[in-house]
Amino acid sequence: MKHYEVEILDAKTKDKLCFLDKVEPNATIGEIKSMFHKSHPQWYAARQSIRLDPKGKSLKDEDVLQHLPVGTTATFYFRDLGAQISWVTVFLTEYGGPLLLYLMFYFRVPFIYAPKYDFTTSKHWVVHLACMCHSFHYLKRLLETLFVHRFSHGTMPLRNIFKNCTYYWGFAAWMAYYINHPLYTPPTIYGEQQVRIALIIFLFCQVGNFSIHIALRNLRPPGSKTRKIPYPTKNPFTWIFLLVSCPNYTYELGSWFGFTLMTQCLLIATCSVCDITVCV
Amino acid sequence: MSAPAMGTTKTAHSDVAPKKKRGPGALATAYLVIYNVVMTAGWLVIAVGLVRAYLVRGSYHGLYFSIEKPLKFFQTGALLEILHCAVGIVPSSVVLTGFQVLSRVFLTWAVTHSVREVQSEDSVLLFVSAWTITEIIRYSFYTFSLLNHLPYLIKWARYTFFLVLYPMGVTGELLTIYAALPYVQKTGLYSVTLPNKYNFSFDYYTFLILTMVSYIPLFPQLYFHMMRQRKKVLAHVEEYKTE
Repeated sequence: MKHYEVEILDAKTKDKLCFLDKVEPNATIGEIKSMFHKSHPQWYAARQSIRLDPKGKSLKDEDVLQHLPVGTTATFYFRDLGAQISWVTVFLTEYGGPLLLYLMFYFRVPFIYAPKYDFTTSKHWVVHLACMCHSFHYLKRLLETLFVHRFSHGTMPLRNIFKNCTYYWGFAAWMAYYINHPLYTPPTIYGEQQVRIALIIFLFCQVGNFSIHIALRNLRPPGSKTRKIPYPTKNPFTWIFLLVSCPNYTYELGSWFGFTLMTQCLLIATCSVCDITVCV
Repeated sequence: MSAPAMGTTKTAHSDVAPKKKRGPGALATAYLVIYNVVMTAGWLVIAVGLVRAYLVRGSYHGLYFSIEKPLKFFQTGALLEILHCAVGIVPSSVVLTGFQVLSRVFLTWAVTHSVREVQSEDSVLLFVSAWTITEIIRYSFYTFSLLNHLPYLIKWARYTFFLVLYPMGVTGELLTIYAALPYVQKTGLYSVTLPNKYNFSFDYYTFLILTMVSYIPLFPQLYFHMMRQRKKVLAHVEEYKTE
């Protein structure tokens, strides 16, 4: 069996960083990354970008050496992707924050509102309902992160956690401030009827969103990173695939619309619009 | 901070420009030339207005009132530049241009126009003169570039004057916002309080303070970006000139 030699150069400076001899032809890029990590312990595999061309696309971990357009002495270029953090960690942090922060406002923890309101509860039942819905929403997201989602990338750049958390935590705190405020005004346009309809919309979209997540999960066998096109299944909530390719976002938007209607809080409508603009 | 809205337009015109014609078509070029000529003229009107008012009054206090209308007209007109980027006839970033123009428009309308008491402040003259000189140079730069006939002097001025004008403008802007604060707090201008039907609140006073604070990270970034551009653009020309 012919062994390969692999040399890894820095994509910017072209310095020779690593030379591996006697590499098996059926070695994967993932295995090469582990070997590279041994000689450069500060660059763990997740932060390595290995490519054939200094300005080219990153090779996938699953790519096999002998199937790549290289000779028996393969030259790869390395770029440091920077400190990485796992998607799961990021999701748990960015969803855990809103869950806890909202509850702090709901229970009127000191230093948020005027001292005479500390640890009081709102007299409006819609405020309690909103708290339950908001908490349910983020609990659902946390559980989906742990048990439902299958991620194609293990990690993302570290700075993303600061960006994402600022966004999620900021908006959660801001809307919680208004909804749980002592001077909060419950829906006035259609009163109780409005809240009921809003709740139905909210729950409908939560179930819809969950159904889509399950459907997408089932497209991807465990441990794999395949991407397949989703189609409607027997579950009526998935029939929306006929109209939209990422209906989890549609349902998400619907949930927030329901929540806005329920609380009649302008900020949430504004946030949702920004959110969708950013996602799109 | 928008004092000299130098922008990030990649108009490094020279005779060795690459042949890929991704620029505006003939009609768009004609329109842009007219636009830039009109803007140059407009800011010249403001400049002349300031000088004349100074000579007539004998002092540089309260000159804002003599150029208030053309200032509002031409500064607001700059909003078109966002459209130019969005449509693609100008190769600049919509976000960056939008940010610069909107911050100018904000200062013109939401601060100077809205808080009458600051209109007689000297800080207003400080940023208005900085803007005026900058814009005259900037718009003539664009005009000549579009006509492929850019005098070195204009290019030099555009990439050098900002060294003084930018800090000058920023100082004027900050001082003006600071002067507006007590009046905004007293009158509750543009502020919404609880309780209300939409459960929303906005404190313009706090917003202005946050705006002032935002200058701290933003101004150095923009300033040093311009300095880097200066090195690139003026160094290249010198190289070319020595050939």
